[in-house]
Amino acid sequence: MLFVIGVITWIALLFTDLSVVFSAKNNLPQEVPAWLPGIILNLYLITLYYYYKFKIDRDEQLNFVDLLWRVFATGLIATVISLLFRLVEGLLKSTALTNNVVYVEVIYLINLGLMTAFLLASFAAWKRLILYQKSKWLLRGWSLFEYALLLALLYTCFDRTPNENLYLVLLGIFVVMGLILSANMKWVAFLNFRQKWTCLLLLLLTIFYFGYLSFTTSSLADTVQLGFTDHRSHLFIKSILIFVIVYSVFSFLVILFNLPTTSVFEQKLEEVVNFQRISQSIQTEQSEESVYNILLETSVSSVFADAAWLETKDNSTHRVFTYRITEKEAYDIINHLKAQNVTGILDQGQDKTKNLSKHLGALKGSRFRSILAFPIYVKGENIGTLALLKELPDGFNKEMTKIVSTFANQAGISIENFRLLEEALQGERYKEELKIAKTVQKSLLPQVLEQDSEFEIAAFSESADEVGGDYYDTIRINQYETSLIIADVSGKGTTAAFHMSQMKGIFHSLAQECIEPDEFMARANKALVYCLERGSFISAIFFLINTQNKTVRYARAGHCPVLYYSAAKDKAEYFKDKGVALGMVRNNSYRNFIEAKEFGYQPGDIMVLYTDGITEAKSAKGEEFGYDRLAAVLLDVKDRSSREIQEHLIAKLYEFSGTDNINDDYTTMIVKFNNRT
Amino acid sequence: MVHIKRLQEDGIDIIAPIGEIDASSSIELDLTIAKSVGEGFSKILVDCGALEYISSAGLGVFMSYIDEFKDKNVRMVLYGMSEKVANTFEILGLYDLLTIAPDKAEAKKKVNEV
Repeated sequence: MLFVIGVITWIALLFTDLSVVFSAKNNLPQEVPAWLPGIILNLYLITLYYYYKFKIDRDEQLNFVDLLWRVFATGLIATVISLLFRLVEGLLKSTALTNNVVYVEVIYLINLGLMTAFLLASFAAWKRLILYQKSKWLLRGWSLFEYALLLALLYTCFDRTPNENLYLVLLGIFVVMGLILSANMKWVAFLNFRQKWTCLLLLLLTIFYFGYLSFTTSSLADTVQLGFTDHRSHLFIKSILIFVIVYSVFSFLVILFNLPTTSVFEQKLEEVVNFQRISQSIQTEQSEESVYNILLETSVSSVFADAAWLETKDNSTHRVFTYRITEKEAYDIINHLKAQNVTGILDQGQDKTKNLSKHLGALKGSRFRSILAFPIYVKGENIGTLALLKELPDGFNKEMTKIVSTFANQAGISIENFRLLEEALQGERYKEELKIAKTVQKSLLPQVLEQDSEFEIAAFSESADEVGGDYYDTIRINQYETSLIIADVSGKGTTAAFHMSQMKGIFHSLAQECIEPDEFMARANKALVYCLERGSFISAIFFLINTQNKTVRYARAGHCPVLYYSAAKDKAEYFKDKGVALGMVRNNSYRNFIEAKEFGYQPGDIMVLYTDGITEAKSAKGEEFGYDRLAAVLLDVKDRSSREIQEHLIAKLYEFSGTDNINDDYTTMIVKFNNRT
Repeated sequence: MVHIKRLQEDGIDIIAPIGEIDASSSIELDLTIAKSVGEGFSKILVDCGALEYISSAGLGVFMSYIDEFKDKNVRMVLYGMSEKVANTFEILGLYDLLTIAPDKAEAKKKVNEV
């Protein structure tokens, strides 16, 4: 769109200028006002300015080389077109046409149009370059420059006969402003070596095109005089021409002088990239090993080392990662340094980085003459050493030391993060396992307990976050006999849940038939010895309630003593008797450690079975709930039902511990013998 | 947490756990006893005077050595337990399986019995 407007304005310019020339030549009165061509030219310039503003200035995709390429291409097209006309002229030789003032005027305007288009294209491109990494002041300076140029454009519209002195002063101001702005060359630093060479070539050709086009237009202007509108002294065009050429030359020289230092800048950039790689390795890499490998690679490439090794020492594993060096060579150096009593780095005793070059001189048969070593720390613990080697003596400087030490630190952080992540995952897995174990444990406890007209049973079990192994169960054997069990598996977690399920299996297989309590324990012990590992055991009490004789027979295997409330005596006491926990004695002599007891019960008697989580429950002060408190709680509610006694006991327990977060398992089973019969 | 001290007296190894022995610290107790046996001591005393609490896992450690000691003819005597700790041993029936003495003098006498 803007391009079309540009072409139209150029054609308009052509016609007005031609009409002026034509009128002058034929001595006709001027049909066109003298100021019109100037205004049309300015319109053309403004159109071009906006055209390139949108085409070049706003195009985010362009990089520096692309920008220069655009400018170069515009210049090339303009020059080729201009040359074509020259060629035609050369072919026609000096004919009437070439001498015709109209023809010359047309050629001149074509050249002028091409040159100004080229100038404004470069202007837009240079603006991008100058404003790269702009500051507030630079932006203001540039705006000032552009507004001043716009004013110059307006000025040329109205002042047809310029004042020579004012013109020179204004031009001088523009040149100075252009020079000041031309000092902004930050973009040059971001070119790599190849790009710099390309830019040099493009700039050289661009400068040549500027020269050619400005020479052509001015020489053409010299050939015609009559009625000719000379645009050579157009303030806007001249200012831009000078600015554009100055910046091109400046850029050319700056790039040329920057060439030798390019490698340093490129190296710095590579360091930044490498640093990022190490930082990112924590998210993407699968193992510590890859972090070590990245560290090795990046350090070597950053300091141009000839070889390197990375020695890691974990609790048990000792590993060496090498780079362009055999493990044997690395160990030769390590051993040599050890033999020379060089302390402080390879023995990982000191956190300071040391340049150990002088010690290598003494090692025969090694091609390396410089060594630089770094410790790698994870949580303040030295986990490894990075050693870099060079064949040159004194091959490492301070800068390199700093870079590699940063890398080593970053690698340490990466590994630390890596380990934390691993730990978190492990913890998560463990929690998941516990959840399963807890579900298993819950499912092993009976949903419904045996009830009888003679007695009622209530039970409760709540485990802490860590799964315990508390178990209780009941089985009715026949009309008169019921067996009961309460057990506590040592240990916690999945193993405890597993042993608990074994205990349940044993109970359900042995207690289906009427079995004497001591016999039950002996057989259970025999079975459990095969599955309980060394150091694990199960404490249990087994009861056989006979409602016909109103007796209870029981055997205690290392479990908490039964708390018994006798209604007749109105007293609660613990049954003290012998009994070793299941799994402790691993031979047939176990039977000798078990006692079978029997007592008769009265209506109103209460039997409280529990696990050590209850008696060992702690208050905020660290005091234990204990046996006396348990007995006292029972006496408080001795007249209530077993369910109510159980609820009261648990309520008291929570009240005592002062928290809902129990740290052990609370398990209790209350048997109350009924008053009814 | 537990801290375990060891000292030797007349060819007797005295192990003194200080603090609480729970599931995690029981490993330390196990290692100490294993070390003592490994060093060839056949008379071991366990001073429970500073033992504040022992969990079932801790008791499991003592228990797990019963058979080994019988085979290797090693005698181990525990002494100086607080009432609370003693109660834990008693409930589980360990009084029948382990040799437990009230004080050091008694313990020495028992460990030297043939």
